[in-house]
Amino acid sequence: MTARERVAGNVAGYVDDRTGAAKWMKKNLTKVFPDHWSFLLGEICLYSFVILLLSGTFLTFWFDPSMKEVVYDGSYEPLKGLKMSAAYASTLDISFEVRGGLLMRQIHHWAALIFMVGIVVHLMRVYFTGAFRKPREFNWIIGVGLLTLGIVEGFLGYSLPDDLLSGTGIRIAEAIIQAIPVVGSYLAFFAFGGAFPGEAFIPRIYTVHILLLPGIFLALITVHLMLVWYQKHTQFPGPGRTEKNVVGYPLMPVYMAKAGGFFFIVFGVTAFLGAVASINPIWLYGPYTPAQVSAGSQPDWYMGWLDGLVRMAPPIETHALGYTISWNILIPGLIVPGIMFTGLALYPFIESWATGDKREHHLLDRPRNTPNRTAIGVMALTFTLVSLLNGGNDIIATTFHLTINQMMWFSRIAIIVLPPIAFVVTKRLCLSLQRADRDLVLHGRETGRLVRMPSGEFIEVHEPISAEKAWVLTSHEQLAPLELPEHDGAGVRRPGALKNKIRNRISRAAAVAVPKATETERRELEGHH
Amino acid sequence: MKRLSRLRRHHAAGPILLIFALFTIGTTFQVASAVNSESPSVADRSVAIEEGKQIFLKGCSSCHGLNAEGAEIAPSLIGVGAASVDFQVGTGRMPMADMSQQAMRKKPVYTPEEVYALAMYVASLAPGPEIPTEEALNYERDGSVAEGGELFRTNCAMCHNFAGQGGALTQGKYAPTIMGVEPKHIYEAMITGPQSMPVFSDKTITPEEKLSIIKWAKAAEAEPQLGGAALGRVGPVTEGLLVWTLGIGLLVGVAVWLAMKAK
Repeated sequence: MTARERVAGNVAGYVDDRTGAAKWMKKNLTKVFPDHWSFLLGEICLYSFVILLLSGTFLTFWFDPSMKEVVYDGSYEPLKGLKMSAAYASTLDISFEVRGGLLMRQIHHWAALIFMVGIVVHLMRVYFTGAFRKPREFNWIIGVGLLTLGIVEGFLGYSLPDDLLSGTGIRIAEAIIQAIPVVGSYLAFFAFGGAFPGEAFIPRIYTVHILLLPGIFLALITVHLMLVWYQKHTQFPGPGRTEKNVVGYPLMPVYMAKAGGFFFIVFGVTAFLGAVASINPIWLYGPYTPAQVSAGSQPDWYMGWLDGLVRMAPPIETHALGYTISWNILIPGLIVPGIMFTGLALYPFIESWATGDKREHHLLDRPRNTPNRTAIGVMALTFTLVSLLNGGNDIIATTFHLTINQMMWFSRIAIIVLPPIAFVVTKRLCLSLQRADRDLVLHGRETGRLVRMPSGEFIEVHEPISAEKAWVLTSHEQLAPLELPEHDGAGVRRPGALKNKIRNRISRAAAVAVPKATETERRELEGHH
Repeated sequence: MKRLSRLRRHHAAGPILLIFALFTIGTTFQVASAVNSESPSVADRSVAIEEGKQIFLKGCSSCHGLNAEGAEIAPSLIGVGAASVDFQVGTGRMPMADMSQQAMRKKPVYTPEEVYALAMYVASLAPGPEIPTEEALNYERDGSVAEGGELFRTNCAMCHNFAGQGGALTQGKYAPTIMGVEPKHIYEAMITGPQSMPVFSDKTITPEEKLSIIKWAKAAEAEPQLGGAALGRVGPVTEGLLVWTLGIGLLVGVAVWLAMKAK
């Protein structure tokens, strides 16, 4: 029994004496987690969610989600005597009268931004390593759900203080609701309890922001983690790591210490940002009135790409049967995001359908070994990045002395042209990296040492790589393309030929690879260097 | 001698000499280009007009015409008033550096006396908005910060941003920042409407309200960074940039460190 197991045993024994749960605890406390920095990205989200719950609870003690008109009489001189909503006034009070209130507000907002960054980075890790494959498709869908709800939850929080910036944001949200054909106006009236801005919206989104969505988050995060627990964590390929085992450290004490410590680091970084960098300075924005708007009104970054899509849309409207359809809002505000999120959620199923791979996978892919998937991911990121940049087009234009019109036209063209280019470039890069891997396995590492042979020939000494490294570079399997029948024996198209044709094409594209180095090739080359 | 030669070949010698040379040149330039800023003397008006005409003929007439009547590339200056000249020339926008979208604020080409003379000359062509007197610009006494903020957000923030940091307009034009702008120039901008800016006449915004706006702008300029680094006061774009660089950078750095195998 190792020292580590003894610690776990002691803890289990202590609890068992009081609850009789020793067996369950011993099993779970010694559960093994693989070690890789990218496996901590999801934890960033979990911990910032905890920080959000704690700091958010603090803020509810003083925040008054009411549109009641009050006259400001606090200590911030430039707003003294102005009429504003109680929501805005109480946010000012949290910032300037409540001890530690401004720090808490800033921690809460920075934690929200980190939460969303964490989700996106975690999603990228899961996507590019293929961790979403069977049996983890449901967890992938839960993750996509958390991302979507996170955007909504963040936007509602940004909207609550009823400052000039958030009011402008709500106005745009209202416009997007109104853009839904036929029922849009009615839905907007329903959401706002009448005409914009009304008195109902802030109290309503407050309930959603602090009760409904956090509750759903808690439930989804719990299921998300239980599934990770039950299905066990994936691991990167390496010697001794198979589809049937997990190589790593036991939960108690190693992983517990690391993960517990990481919580405090995330808290520390969030508190550091909250202490040194201003975020959402609502006192500068002023109270919201629909008559005012500020240059450079932007949403937080996780909505910025949506704003960027709306900003680049050409002004197209249709009038039919007494209804107006605003394509310029409907397409970028609802249809494109709808397609993106649906595609994201269904990706695991699409991939396994196209490649015909229905097996369980617990070993992760190195992104270069799945060039097609990696290229699709980079393509989607390029699309999002172009729209995100266009979301900040006015700030970028003034900062870098560009014209906003050039930015808009660049984005309109780039959003169509750049993603396919990104796809091709990424795929080629992946194949080149595969070639480099093959070279490394067959010829070893270039040492940079030049040796002159007795014959006068100069050669560079190559050093064979370690067996572990060679394993990592060669253990992956290379899928063969599907060869689904499109014709029957007599050369006549069979039923379902089109479906098979699509699958064949995608799987052929996905199977493009540089043949990995085999053991025979390696032996043949031995002695050459 | 040998020591000097060794020092000369030291690998740090190049960079150190370069830094020294840049520092010397920079300091010399700074001293040489420093202008003595004297307040405009209350010159005899007719003398100023004559002097201003000479400056105008030399520096402005090639674009604005010999009698300020305007030409294809530049507007007529008859009736624009002294305030307009004082703003355009006093902030260095005129003479223009190049025919780009918009005249940029830069170091003034003319001394305050010369600007005054030019303004007097242009004002003598036809009546127009006057340069506000110091008495009329007593915003500390006559203005109200809160009211100024409200007026600013209603009339100015849509181009100049909520905190007066400036913003983008179409086709490369922009609303410049009003931070660090002389109260006199802010006032003149409102009454003359330079470039893309509309004129805010005394009927739209009364003189007292203009002073309130100036008082608010000066208060915003002097406002301490209440929540920590202000990140440019441009809203969520810089916040997003910070969280995607420093924020996630720190966390991923720690994650990498945590996952390293203990040696």
